[in-house]
Amino acid sequence: MRNFKRITLLCGHYGSGKTNVAVNLALHLRKTKDRVAVADLDIVNPYFRTKDSRGAFEDAGIRLICSEYANTNVDIPALPQDMYAVTDDRSLHAVIDVGGDDRGALALGRIVEPILAENNYEMLAVINSSRPLTHTPEDTVEVLREIEGASGMKFTGLVNNTNLGRETDADVVLKSVSYAETVSNLMKIPLVMTTVPAEIFPQLERKIDNLFPLELQKKL
Amino acid sequence: MSDKVLMKGNEAIAEAAIIAGCRHYFGYPITPQTEIAAYMAKRMPKIGGCFLQAESEIAAINMVYGVASTGKRVMTSSSSPGISLKGEGLSYLAGADLPSLVINVQRGGPGLGGIQPSQSDYFQATRAGGHGDFRMIVLAPASVQEMAELTVKGFDLADKYRMTTMILADGTMGQMMEPVALDELKVGAPIEKPWATVGTKMEREHNIVNSLFLDPAALEKTNFERYDRYKTIEENEVLYEEYLMEDAEICVVAFGIAARVSKNAIDEARKQGIKVGMIRPITLWPFPVAPFKKAAEHCKAFISVELSMGQMIEDVRLATECKAPVTLCNRVGGMIPSPEQVLASICEAAKTNGGAN
Repeated sequence: MRNFKRITLLCGHYGSGKTNVAVNLALHLRKTKDRVAVADLDIVNPYFRTKDSRGAFEDAGIRLICSEYANTNVDIPALPQDMYAVTDDRSLHAVIDVGGDDRGALALGRIVEPILAENNYEMLAVINSSRPLTHTPEDTVEVLREIEGASGMKFTGLVNNTNLGRETDADVVLKSVSYAETVSNLMKIPLVMTTVPAEIFPQLERKIDNLFPLELQKKL
Repeated sequence: MSDKVLMKGNEAIAEAAIIAGCRHYFGYPITPQTEIAAYMAKRMPKIGGCFLQAESEIAAINMVYGVASTGKRVMTSSSSPGISLKGEGLSYLAGADLPSLVINVQRGGPGLGGIQPSQSDYFQATRAGGHGDFRMIVLAPASVQEMAELTVKGFDLADKYRMTTMILADGTMGQMMEPVALDELKVGAPIEKPWATVGTKMEREHNIVNSLFLDPAALEKTNFERYDRYKTIEENEVLYEEYLMEDAEICVVAFGIAARVSKNAIDEARKQGIKVGMIRPITLWPFPVAPFKKAAEHCKAFISVELSMGQMIEDVRLATECKAPVTLCNRVGGMIPSPEQVLASICEAAKTNGGAN
């Protein structure tokens, strides 16, 4: 697998699978990096947070930076008090899980300046062509442009996370590659990886470049 | 094979409403149904529709009244506390015989309660949506696909009978993501609305949409006429699913998320040799009485599985005419019964009533 920059921002459409990718990416990074953190900056959704995976993070020695209100049913858009560790502590490798759509990306406003100043980051767009509002490359680009506008940052790469939940099969993932390549061309940014449920990974390993197995599913 | 998309239940409701021809949505955000409003806010401007975030739930339901008066398909959505606020508007819609679709993605109560799923608005939906004698057709989906299908069906029924249809979902149904085949949705033929207030063009008498009748005899007549219509609905529009009921000696009754949990428990109980099945009401009003009459002939016990303190259980007792004991298996406050808890209730009923082999 490729080298990741010190900070990886994961943004995208609501429900595109950012949190699941964030959890898997952090666990992957931890294999080669000593200090890894996941920062949950989701101000949109009170449910389905990285905190669901805190057991896995503890076992792997990954720091979880998330609002004390996440998963508490206190339904307020709070940011974690220690979020600045991501930019202040340059010995950390950080995966930042940003809330969905342009509304979620607004939260980045607080840390955009030091991230750009340090310039050791990637901002990845998590895309899923099975989601109705990002079904076509054109619709997807529209959502991604809105996120760029709200965050004040430009995407540097794509994560093709096309899936149909439990009904994801090799065909769904295979068909999505041309969609992701079109988005890549339209956005003029590289397709960094295509994700696939771990159990399908062997079927597609030789058919799709930069295939990334998702071993961990979020709890429902 | 159809082209499926991955949707949250809330989003499926919103898209299905658009497919059904709804171009007017009025609402006020509340967890766990806010995705409906968010989705409408994104989609409506692109298709020439109207999304409006009202200043309150009460304002939203009265905007629904306004659009419904013109015969256009219109909906609002909320979650439990917000539906309480809409109660007055629901009664006015009923009094004026206006079709509308109202979504309740229930959360724990009473009061502000919490943001986790619940089914404790069953009484409110099936008995007392507001003041006065009236009913709403109440549909209870148990999958994201059904969230979409029943939304379309809900609009068709509302138009057909000139009344409010309520989708009674819960936080789980609203938040869960499942594949949906939107191209399988079937919208009914448009229904003529000669009563709509769309201008006389000087060619007919004025249509009047109103729920105020100062002459008691006239008001009584509207009530009798409305209840004649309700009788037709009870005879023709009942929906339910039966699961392994042919030889069942124990009958589980559940809707929505509780039915999904119960199905797992029933499969496990069957492995243990217990003859158990399930009736899943899809219309909560009209309640499916006929399958219960039939089941009461061969079932020794009924178990009502609910995310409430026991509300549907009253309809089960009425429908079975108390011919067999009905027990409650429940969690409340945002908690969901586990398959193990339902299984334990089934085993208990089998032991007490001799349903085990």
